[in-house]
Amino acid sequence: MEWLSLDLLPPLLRGFKITLLLTLCSIAVALCCAFLAGLARISKYAWLRGVATAYVEVFRGTSLLVQLFWIYFALPMLLDIQFSALAAAVLALGLNYGAYGSEVVRSSILSVPRGQIEATIALNMTVYHRMRRVILPQAWSMMLPGFGNLQIELLKGTSLVYLITLTDLTYQGMMLRSYDLSRTAAIFAWLLILYFIAAYALTLFIRFAERRAAAGRG
Amino acid sequence: MSQNNPKDEHDKPLVSYRKITKSFGDRTVLKELDLDVYPGEKIALIGPSGSGKTTIARLLMTLEKPTSGTIEVEGEMLWLMPRKGKLVPANEKHLHRVRSKIGMVFQHFNLFPHMTIQRNVTEALVHVLKIPKSEADERAMRMLERVGLQEHTNHYPSQLSGGQKQRVAIARALVMQPSVMLFDEVTSALDPELVGEVLDVIKGIASQGEMAMILITHEMDFARDVADRILFTDGGVIVEEGTPEQVFQNPQSPRLQTFLSRFLNGSSDGRTGSRVAAGAEQ
Ligand SMILES: Nc1ncnc2c1ncn2[C@@H]1O[C@H](COP(=O)(O)OP(=O)(O)OP(=O)(O)O)[C@@H](O)[C@H]1O
Ligand SMILES: [Mg+2]
Repeated sequence: MEWLSLDLLPPLLRGFKITLLLTLCSIAVALCCAFLAGLARISKYAWLRGVATAYVEVFRGTSLLVQLFWIYFALPMLLDIQFSALAAAVLALGLNYGAYGSEVVRSSILSVPRGQIEATIALNMTVYHRMRRVILPQAWSMMLPGFGNLQIELLKGTSLVYLITLTDLTYQGMMLRSYDLSRTAAIFAWLLILYFIAAYALTLFIRFAERRAAAGRG
Repeated sequence: MSQNNPKDEHDKPLVSYRKITKSFGDRTVLKELDLDVYPGEKIALIGPSGSGKTTIARLLMTLEKPTSGTIEVEGEMLWLMPRKGKLVPANEKHLHRVRSKIGMVFQHFNLFPHMTIQRNVTEALVHVLKIPKSEADERAMRMLERVGLQEHTNHYPSQLSGGQKQRVAIARALVMQPSVMLFDEVTSALDPELVGEVLDVIKGIASQGEMAMILITHEMDFARDVADRILFTDGGVIVEEGTPEQVFQNPQSPRLQTFLSRFLNGSSDGRTGSRVAAGAEQ
């Protein structure tokens, strides 16, 4: 295992930190987008459904790379707003995976049995109360597996951000490799290990959330 | 039979269906149905499958909207409300107020699986009636005792038997103190040996209640024991109605006679059939 030398680690870990930061922030944004769009898509207001559907279709129908470029390079020229590279990346990742996530939110809510809704009507609950305390808690445990997959997809998606000047884990790997091509295998081995650790941490987190959501229901 | 005489002259109906028609697509399942339910009255709805019994209940619970006709609850229209001297379609607020007088127990319980038994019963007390948590807990406890489930307050629905689940569902509806309660075949999803415990609970409630009850059931014995009045529905209309004696011992219409004979012969359902047979001998 000599070739997997530790001197590669410090620069890689610097990049790893950026990758993690980006992942966590983007997950937060994606979660918000997923809920807003998912709820909007089952709203009784047609215009709201229309807006949400347009958002979802646009962000699912174009590539993440193009969205990154748009937010970072094109918008400043059209609208006179300049995001930092980090903000642009979080926005693009959040909006993109939020679009996929909204589908998870929507389908989970719709798969709560009809009888649950009827029970809330028979108990005279308001629409808000029903959603907040009966439908969403049950839908939440159905969303978690889908969210788990998307989180890991998002983590992998962060490897594109070096194209808008961010020095993430992949970027650091590429740099190290350009200094010394002979260590290519070692560098990629480290990338593999670090990405896997991050992905596994996300998986464990989702499992924990799943266990909590299922508590007591046996 | 119930001692009180709910159809006193001076009593106003609690619920009135007037010329209620309900269609699903081009299929008409209720045809110009009229029905009055008086305060405290116990009504049993019997009739063949598909005759519209569930639809009658769901219309009152506002789970379905009538195609035409009106339903009044304590003098207020269910789906319409007065505004500037005219009747306009009811808004959520109006429905919310009228609905507070109605409760329902479902065939498949529909308990909230993510809440304990206690919370299933207190949820609407606290968040709909805005009763303080401590008082709601007390009321829930009393109600759970009444249905014999005080030991299970901290369990989740999945940990209970079907009969216990249904008793929780009854407690959950009862604790809201509706003026009229709908029971839609509340024992037909249960294993035969669990039916009795649920029917006993309902009989208990019926014997002490000022609450009106509409019981949809295939348990003829139970209907005869509990109901003041029995309605026989077929093909979306009420074909015949009367006291349990009239309906069971002296059915007039051929359709009711055929329907009852199926139970008496025990050809379709031996269990229920034998119960009716035993009752008819008295
Ligand atoms: N949402 C619906 N869409 C279409 N048809 C429906 C719907 N609900 C009920 N029906 C039809 O209406 C008719 C009456 O149904 P309903 O459930 O009221 O009968 P029921 O007397 O309760 O029967 P059962 O004893 O089987 O419960 C049935 O033919 C049923 O198929
Ligand atoms: Mg039915």
